Amino acid sequence: MTDTAPALRARGAEPDEAAAVDESAGRGGLWVDGWAQLRRRPLFWIASTLILVLLVMALWPSLFTSVDPRVADLALSGADPSPDAVLGRDLQGRDIYARAIHGAAPTLTVGLLASLGTVLVGAMAGLVAGYRGSWVDGLVSRVGEVFAGLPFILGGIVILTTFNQPGRIVGEVRIVTQVVLTIVVLSWPLAMRIMRAAALEISQQDYVKAARALGAGPLRIVGRHILPNTLAPVLVFATIQFGVFIGAEAALSFLGIGLRDPVVSWGVMISEAQERVADIPQALFFPAAFLVVAVLAFVMLGDAVRDAFDPRGR
Amino acid sequence: MGRYTARRLLQLVPVFLGTTFLVYFLVWGISDDPFAGKCGQRACSPAYIAEMTERYNLDDPLVVQYLKYLGALLTGDFGQTFSGTEVSTLIADAYPITIKLALVAVAIEAVIGIAAGVLTGLRGRGFVDNLVLVSTLVLIALPVFVTGLVLRQVLGVELGWIRPSVPGDPTIGQLLVPGLVLGALSMAYIARLTRTSLMENRRADFVRTAVAKGLTRRRVVGVHMLRNSLIPVVTFLGYDVGALMGGAILTEGVFNIRGIGGLVFRGIQQQDIATVVGIVALLVIVFLLANLVVDLLYAVLDPRIRYD
Amino acid sequence: MSLRRLATTVAALLAVVLVASACGGGGDDRSSETVTLDWGEPENPLVPGNTTEQNGGDVIGALFAGLVRYDVDTARPELETAAAIDTTDNTTFTIRLEPGWTFHDGTPVTAQNYVDAWNWTAYGPNAAQAQSFMEKIQGYDEVSTEAPTARTMSGLRVVDPQTFTVTLEQPFTIFPTTLGYSAYYPLPTAFFQNQQAWEERPIGNGEYRFEARTPNQNLTLVRNDQYAGDIKPTVSRLEYRVYSELQTAYDDLVSGNLDHVKAIPSSALSGGRWRQDLGDRAHLKEGLSTTTLTFPLYDPRFADPRIRQAFSMAIDRRLIVDQLFNGVYNPMDGLATSAAEGYLPDQCGVACRFDPQRARQLLAEAGGFPGPLTLTANSDGGHDVWMQAVTNQLRQNLGIDARYTPVPSFSELRRLANSQGFTGLFRTGWIGDYPNLETFLTQLYRTGASSNDGGYSNPAVDAQLSAADQAPTREAAVAGYQQAERMILADMPVIPIYTRPILYGDSQRLVSGERNPLDRLVTTSFQLAPQD
Repeated sequence: MTDTAPALRARGAEPDEAAAVDESAGRGGLWVDGWAQLRRRPLFWIASTLILVLLVMALWPSLFTSVDPRVADLALSGADPSPDAVLGRDLQGRDIYARAIHGAAPTLTVGLLASLGTVLVGAMAGLVAGYRGSWVDGLVSRVGEVFAGLPFILGGIVILTTFNQPGRIVGEVRIVTQVVLTIVVLSWPLAMRIMRAAALEISQQDYVKAARALGAGPLRIVGRHILPNTLAPVLVFATIQFGVFIGAEAALSFLGIGLRDPVVSWGVMISEAQERVADIPQALFFPAAFLVVAVLAFVMLGDAVRDAFDPRGR
Repeated sequence: MGRYTARRLLQLVPVFLGTTFLVYFLVWGISDDPFAGKCGQRACSPAYIAEMTERYNLDDPLVVQYLKYLGALLTGDFGQTFSGTEVSTLIADAYPITIKLALVAVAIEAVIGIAAGVLTGLRGRGFVDNLVLVSTLVLIALPVFVTGLVLRQVLGVELGWIRPSVPGDPTIGQLLVPGLVLGALSMAYIARLTRTSLMENRRADFVRTAVAKGLTRRRVVGVHMLRNSLIPVVTFLGYDVGALMGGAILTEGVFNIRGIGGLVFRGIQQQDIATVVGIVALLVIVFLLANLVVDLLYAVLDPRIRYD
Repeated sequence: MSLRRLATTVAALLAVVLVASACGGGGDDRSSETVTLDWGEPENPLVPGNTTEQNGGDVIGALFAGLVRYDVDTARPELETAAAIDTTDNTTFTIRLEPGWTFHDGTPVTAQNYVDAWNWTAYGPNAAQAQSFMEKIQGYDEVSTEAPTARTMSGLRVVDPQTFTVTLEQPFTIFPTTLGYSAYYPLPTAFFQNQQAWEERPIGNGEYRFEARTPNQNLTLVRNDQYAGDIKPTVSRLEYRVYSELQTAYDDLVSGNLDHVKAIPSSALSGGRWRQDLGDRAHLKEGLSTTTLTFPLYDPRFADPRIRQAFSMAIDRRLIVDQLFNGVYNPMDGLATSAAEGYLPDQCGVACRFDPQRARQLLAEAGGFPGPLTLTANSDGGHDVWMQAVTNQLRQNLGIDARYTPVPSFSELRRLANSQGFTGLFRTGWIGDYPNLETFLTQLYRTGASSNDGGYSNPAVDAQLSAADQAPTREAAVAGYQQAERMILADMPVIPIYTRPILYGDSQRLVSGERNPLDRLVTTSFQLAPQD
């Protein structure tokens, strides 16, 4: 099995990086190199600009529109795009553009925080399980399986109706936090399994064994060797999940337990619009377009970051 | 490997108990008045509530209820729904359909996803790569019910190529479109995962070694690169098989597939403990076995991983 | 795995899938003599006394025939298995049966079968859903509790195999009208001998016999050629197919895979698309379904009737019905629907007419409304759209902080209603049990009535309802109920919103296939088009 000759895969074998790995002085080398490379990628700048625009939209929606997204003129239900409402109006006669702008903040908050939370919790658990192995691996994996066995909707209904009495008004920050936590609690096992698989693979590599033999502590091994090598699958997962979680949030709203009036998100707009898509296509099309652009921006950013920092991809 | 498998099978027991208890607890906890709404717009009569409470042991403490349920379950008695149907009959009718749908979906996502991933991963950046990227993004951004509704409307009603609904005992052909809808998201994910993984390994040293040895390109790609790159993909596929076996509420709803997902959803809405826990008990076992198979597959795919 | 092996595997997989799909195209399992119907899983075993919802009712109605049936178009009650229902005091009714009726197992239908069935439904430990339909019969209180002191109601007496008498606690003039409800169907001896076996294969006296059932998938019935009724069924076999989404059933109907849908999805209503899709096979008739928003009168913020009227007048019902239901539903102008005997148009008067200025004025006179107003409905019933519209109108027309706060399920909504846990307006719907104004009043607005969710109580209304119940003639009774309706509306414990007509569609294979105004399938009306 010459193809797996592991010593050759160690980064130390690459002459230009040898110094960074072998010298303790080069602790930041990987990250500095990565940043230098990142700056040269146009992909990175395009993605960053898009994300910046989305963030500005989320923080200061009034820069983009002065229309109140809650005002509904039922008589204008389903109106086509016009100077009055540039993207048209939805079934309730609300301005789709204003709603999409005001929907940026909750959407991005839920998408980003849920992805981040899932990856953090899942990655942490996966790293520990994959690196320590033995009974720790068994325990973490089994707990993950118990959670993975829960139907998402059951978990969502119970968590969200337990903490909020149904039929009562719930504050905006509170409901967003709860939705994020619900998603994280019910989705971390997949991230855990991906991270665990990667950690399992890498911790058996000879360069990790070598580092251990040289007296490197577990923190150093995880931080210097395992974490950078698991970056790729985790980034792919996180950027895709960003889109998935926005969908999950919409499903919770659809069931009447997620984000609610007056909070609006793109997912909620899409799920509200689907029933009448034949009559009012703009109500589905425009929020979906916002969502595609946002997911695209994060996937591109993820790609650029991975190319820059993943030691294996260089 | 044998001992490892035995140990994992033994570990099934606590996970099974943990999950069934947790789900029992959750369904029980949905509401403190399980009979609200059972009698339409009227409130149920005290006699009805007394009788049903008795029949489903609802007066017992939670743990006692669960143990009574578990005892019956272990003797093969899945209990009855509130409408008096045997849960075991429901599962026996619905599960084959769900399994078929899950397998069709996994086959579609594996074949198309890996193919797209390999195509883009080997070619690198370019037109094909961007095309795949954009189409996967659209699949991610559009919720399942939107793709499902559009396909049903176009293929089923307007073109008449498929039946809008899937009959009670569907053939694989009738499940192709629902399977595509169900697998679309994972397909996108697999394509990206394969691509990333391949791009990484493309410049790995073992590939360079293999090329240096004078192996054909086909052998390098097929044996060395693909095999190493598929580990994360297999992890995900295994997980997804388990997850899809749990039923797909939205896809099943759109195509009226009489599978497990709809049963669980209805059970949750009606707070029907017997249905939900009975199905989840079965699902957990399937899910765990799928995970075990994946873990064993690692060892086959990657000789560096050994279980002892 | 070599690339070649991988490629072979993929090719083999694809081949299997393609072959399978080629096979899947053929083989139409629909017999030309079977009519397929849109259906949902019933909520209870298929026993008449245990069935109060539509899905169970659609099957029970085909399996059984009752003393009275409702006309398919006008809902007027007519005698079916009864030869006569006589009374002199509106308290004791003598019911004589038409001879010649038999159950599917060949046993004759006798007076005892009716009495036994009604006693079974009333008996507490049987936990029957329709128990409360027996509550007016003498002796109900003794048998209906958890620990009953009697097995049979003293008000039911078999005179001879063809005759029995019913004695009520109090006069109830329109009692014969109510007897068409499925709770009053007879049960054969086989039911009492082995209930479980009977539930698996129900035996009735109706126009169709039970054939087979796969839970959660379908149920089939075959024609009963011994049926004694005067309108005979023509279709030889019915398949009730379970659909979880109305839209899918509708698409199946349009593409020729289903013969009857029991409702039309609102997406097909918009733009009148269902009329284009179905042509003259699109059906609409007035029904008994009302939709209202109820005030939680246990919350003192709603104590002032001017506030309740202000809310009602701030809602533009016509606009909501036109924009969201394509003008097919009707803005509600009283407490009943036009299909009910005793319905009078515009009973609500100005209080149900859209007048935002007057509404603001009333609200100001009452001192405004403190704090946010919640509006609650269940998300699993397709109510989100119109509830949001009402919320928007209240907020914009009255300048109050109105918010839509849905709950996930109907059971959650009922739990809150039963525990009086609402803090604002909540959705209530009612489907009349029989086509009379009374069904929209007594159980909803009498003090302490079983479905009086808002906690409304007005002794004058209670007295007026009792007086109408005991009126000497039907006409006097109806006039009495109309008076009560006006009294209730003056208090406005609920905001009437809209009434929903019965909407359904048939396939091209059918010449006719009807539902009656009670939204029950009339299987005798189904007729296949001649084959060409």
